[in-house]
Amino acid sequence: MLKIEDLHASIEDKEILKGINLEVKPGEVHAIMGPNGSGKSTLASVLAGREDYEVTKGKVTYKEQDLLDLAPEERAREGIFLAFQYPVEIPGVSTTNFLKTAINQIREHRGLEPFDAVSFLKEMKEKMKLVDIDQSLLSRALNEGFSGGEKKRNEVFQMAMLEPTLSILDETDSGLDIDALRIVADGVNKLKTKDNATIVVTHYQRLLEYIVPDYVHVLYNGRIVKSGTKELALELEEKGYDWIKEKTIA
Amino acid sequence: MSLQENLIKNFEAFEAQLNGHASQPEHTTRKNALEAFKTLGFPGPKNEEYKYTNLQKSLEKAFDFGKIGAEASITKEQASKYFIPKLDTHKIVFVNGKFDEKLSSIEGLEEQVVIKDLSTAFTEDSEKINKLFSKQADYKKDAFVALNTAYSLDGSFIHVPKNTVVKKPIALYFVNDASEGQSFNNPRNIFHIERNSEVTFLEDFNTEGAHESLTNIVSEIIVEENAAVEYYKLQNNKDTAYHVGTTQVHQERSSRFSAYTFTLNGAMIRNNMNIVVDGEGCESNMYGLYLINGNTHVDNHTEVDHIKPNCVSNELYKGILDDSSHGVFNGKVFVRQEAQKTNAFQSNKNILLSDTSVMNSKPQLEIWADDVKCSHGCTTGQLDEDGMFYLRARGLSVESARALMLYAFAVDVVSSIKLEPLKEFLQNLISERLQNDF
Repeated sequence: MLKIEDLHASIEDKEILKGINLEVKPGEVHAIMGPNGSGKSTLASVLAGREDYEVTKGKVTYKEQDLLDLAPEERAREGIFLAFQYPVEIPGVSTTNFLKTAINQIREHRGLEPFDAVSFLKEMKEKMKLVDIDQSLLSRALNEGFSGGEKKRNEVFQMAMLEPTLSILDETDSGLDIDALRIVADGVNKLKTKDNATIVVTHYQRLLEYIVPDYVHVLYNGRIVKSGTKELALELEEKGYDWIKEKTIA
Repeated sequence: MSLQENLIKNFEAFEAQLNGHASQPEHTTRKNALEAFKTLGFPGPKNEEYKYTNLQKSLEKAFDFGKIGAEASITKEQASKYFIPKLDTHKIVFVNGKFDEKLSSIEGLEEQVVIKDLSTAFTEDSEKINKLFSKQADYKKDAFVALNTAYSLDGSFIHVPKNTVVKKPIALYFVNDASEGQSFNNPRNIFHIERNSEVTFLEDFNTEGAHESLTNIVSEIIVEENAAVEYYKLQNNKDTAYHVGTTQVHQERSSRFSAYTFTLNGAMIRNNMNIVVDGEGCESNMYGLYLINGNTHVDNHTEVDHIKPNCVSNELYKGILDDSSHGVFNGKVFVRQEAQKTNAFQSNKNILLSDTSVMNSKPQLEIWADDVKCSHGCTTGQLDEDGMFYLRARGLSVESARALMLYAFAVDVVSSIKLEPLKEFLQNLISERLQNDF
């Protein structure tokens, strides 16, 4: 589904990603872990198409297309979803407000009939249950005055609505208490099928107790320095990232 | 002949058609105002108050003041297409500044409320009018106020006696007929709202025909103790329409006044919104929105003069500018020494959509009292890129994301409007504009 080969990316001439290789197949959950500043969020942003980053080298193939050629909205329509680490506040725009336009533009791209008001509402109600989110939150200005938990829940709700093939969760656990974390993880797990894949970007092992990965990769200084199964996450939790850093230098 | 000379010369012709009006006391005011106009002259680029809005140059280029005064005729169909749909109001229609009875409709007006053509009021209510006329707007300070005062005859006099709630808004539709030639007029409004009364005004400006039009309007509004007034000014005029307007408000103790100014199109527009807060416990709100493109020039000058203590003023002006449009905002807030415990807030936010659009924003706070809360802020920038990326990452096209973000930015100013049909009308207008024109 996704194949990243020797990906290099920089921002304002500073190289952040220095040769990433990663392959994700349908049905898989990959965790990307690493200390602060290792390039985790950059990787997530580059995959979603944020224009602040310049890809200087390498290739990303998604569903047999050159992903880097696609605009952010085209990537979304092709099924890529980025749950933001810091969901943007947009005064005056409610979730319900923009989501209907988004879904219908995605449906049009996929050759489906647009949702009318009734079917959109029905779809909303179903997905609201999934992440236990309240209607009133969806009518409020996007992320404005939302608590950390509300913001992340709203991200997962949108993910449920857009039914992506590849979800990238960027530090979705940051700033969440254990209950909020469980609800968010629950939502993600319910959306998992054999056809879609998830990349979980996180600093802590905690989230991976709830969203169990098939593979764990450690990102350090712009490269994946170690890959393994979920046991690797436990090892990291125990030994900390210094262990990896030391190993890399050696 | 220069523009100023022409306007002075035209005054004789204006005087000649005044008939009986010329012997009334207000005519002295007119003549004094003309003298003031002669002394002041048109504000040139060196005049600080008109620094970015060179009306003299633009008006001289666009108008031939020697040849104004073509016959005007507006049909009911023409006028009614400007009426705001679903909004139940008293409608007063002015054609080239003159009250047109046939096109107007006043139904179910509360007893003792007076809505009158100003020239009639000058005759019938001479004593009352002369206590109010030219008492708020100072012709010695501003050339356009002087010009309007010198030519004052048409417009309206609206009197709301004490303890009266005027249920239906009073809408004043100014339609200029520039089909046979250029139109230039100086309408004057006097709104007198006595204590404990409530009323809503709407001033709307439009033009028929392809020639240039210039409206130089002055509205004097007296808001007495504990009265509440809402005032809407709507400008979605033609590319050939020039406008200079002064709204001069005098607020007395515990009164509430809210002004909304919406500018969606026109050639060159200057709005002066001045409030003198002359009583304790007053609330004053000023909201403004300008969505402009092409070569439109919009200049909003606002002034709140806090004379008495314990008052709140709140100001929010927002603009979206595209193409070669030019916006100006100048917001003055004075807090006099006596005006302790004043809360004054001011904000001006702009989005520039093109490299050739220009915004000059100048907040001016002068505070002599020491126990006050005042804040102001102005920002001018591009569309928020993080927001754009967020929406695009959800599948929205660049165009949809942009329209949505701009709409959200603009509609903020509309959200506090209490008249639902007007709110809806403006929301649709803004949304259409942002999807089609920008």
